[in-house]
Amino acid sequence: MKLSENEQRLLTELIGRTVEGPGAFSLRKDGESAVLRSGEKITVTKKADRPGINVVIADGATESVHVPVLITKTGHQERVYNTFIVGNNCDVQIIAGCGIHNPGEETSAHDGVHEIIVGENSRVVYTEKHIGEGGRGKRVMNPQTKVKVGANSSIIMNMAQIGGIDDAYRQTEIELAEKASVKISERVMTDGEQRTESKVIINMYGDGASSLIESRSVAKGRSHQVIETMINAYARSKGHVECNSLLMDEGKVKSIPGLNALSPEAELTHEAAIGKIAGEQLIKLMSLGLSEQEAQEAILAGFMK
Amino acid sequence: MLKVDKVRYLVENGAETREILKGLTLEFPDNQITAITGRNGGGKTTLAHILMGIKQPTAGKVLLDGKDITNLSISERGKLGISYAFQHPPRFQGITVWDMLRYANPEITRESACELLFTVGLEPGKYLQREVNKALSGGETKRIELATVFARRNRVLILDEPEAGVDLWSFGHLVKAIKKYAAEHDVITIIISHSKELLNIADQVVIICDGEIMPDWESCNLRCAPI
Repeated sequence: MKLSENEQRLLTELIGRTVEGPGAFSLRKDGESAVLRSGEKITVTKKADRPGINVVIADGATESVHVPVLITKTGHQERVYNTFIVGNNCDVQIIAGCGIHNPGEETSAHDGVHEIIVGENSRVVYTEKHIGEGGRGKRVMNPQTKVKVGANSSIIMNMAQIGGIDDAYRQTEIELAEKASVKISERVMTDGEQRTESKVIINMYGDGASSLIESRSVAKGRSHQVIETMINAYARSKGHVECNSLLMDEGKVKSIPGLNALSPEAELTHEAAIGKIAGEQLIKLMSLGLSEQEAQEAILAGFMK
Repeated sequence: MLKVDKVRYLVENGAETREILKGLTLEFPDNQITAITGRNGGGKTTLAHILMGIKQPTAGKVLLDGKDITNLSISERGKLGISYAFQHPPRFQGITVWDMLRYANPEITRESACELLFTVGLEPGKYLQREVNKALSGGETKRIELATVFARRNRVLILDEPEAGVDLWSFGHLVKAIKKYAAEHDVITIIISHSKELLNIADQVVIICDGEIMPDWESCNLRCAPI
């Protein structure tokens, strides 16, 4: 499987490495499985009944699996189902992402449906990045991620849509068992006429469960975002939502942080802020000799970290 | 030398016009510390903002080494080596102390960054990678602010109430750090302060009251004392 220079660049931007190298790996390119490789304790196979892969991570695994998707054809549209079964006592990383380089006029789209089931006493870091680039054809992504986290397990989810996606509907749903925890860091940047809607729902079913949602977004140009988060606490559990959005140009953001305490022992908090870059932040960096543009870029880069 | 020449600053509020600075003329000599003091609302911070280019004077000039810099932007003044330490430094998200020191001086080494943090009383190992965010206390941000301006190659260093928010134990340390920095660098230092300790390290003390320079505290009290 040989990737062009442009595809290599996009892949590296997406997952921080190329196909070569150790570990389980699945690369899907323009609707085809281009690379499918299992690891020591991670088995990667194609689904028999529909597009997508099954990733089975054995008990005690301490490995990583990369599952990037590249779309480089204009007009290519797909819906892909990936299932990850993580065993007990694992410490693993799942690195996913989709890069669309749409060279033409037609809409290219990827709807990635991920289901992650985590066993007990495991630790998972899930990283997902979405990038769009290319010509005038639209880049559309609608990622759906459903996660079940077993007792005493944790998952850290770093999800970023850092630019170039014209339309996106992002849905993330998490279920937490006893003493399970989730930390979600979501970063969304939109520009031009782009539209993004993101919905994160966490259901804390087990006593001692905890959750943290930290969402940061930047709306530039005439783009529009809806950021909706909801934590449902069905048990003695703790949750916190933090949503911060920066508005630039004529960007618009609707932020809806929600808390739902269904147990008298739930402790839930939230904070949300939408606004422009603070003038004093710009002045501070400009007083160090940065131009206004450089100061703005530095503030945005920090904010989206 | 830095000089403000007949600087006026007017603020319009509806039909009312208020004169914050009333034709101020003042010289800040090379290698000297000038302390500016006076009652709150007298125009001290406005003067500092005019020196840094944050505010434009309604009339008058700002001259650095004889060159008119009145119309230069904040960034241009920053590039000339004019630095301003905020009274209430802004917080950022995702920008670390190390990032700030690198913005202040792109050539700074990790070793000298650690030295600077140590100078302002912060443990480098604990602070270098910390975000300059709202989790820090007022005193911590003030010390980081001071380290940031010290990191630069300064021609003019303006410190706006460095004592604000700093506890008494740390304050003595900061006074020493400011005095040492001014003595070891070829710099014009301007300190806006109400603190006796800081006024004591100054070569000249200027009292500003109601937008004008007062010859002494008695005149200031006569002019601005509450009725």
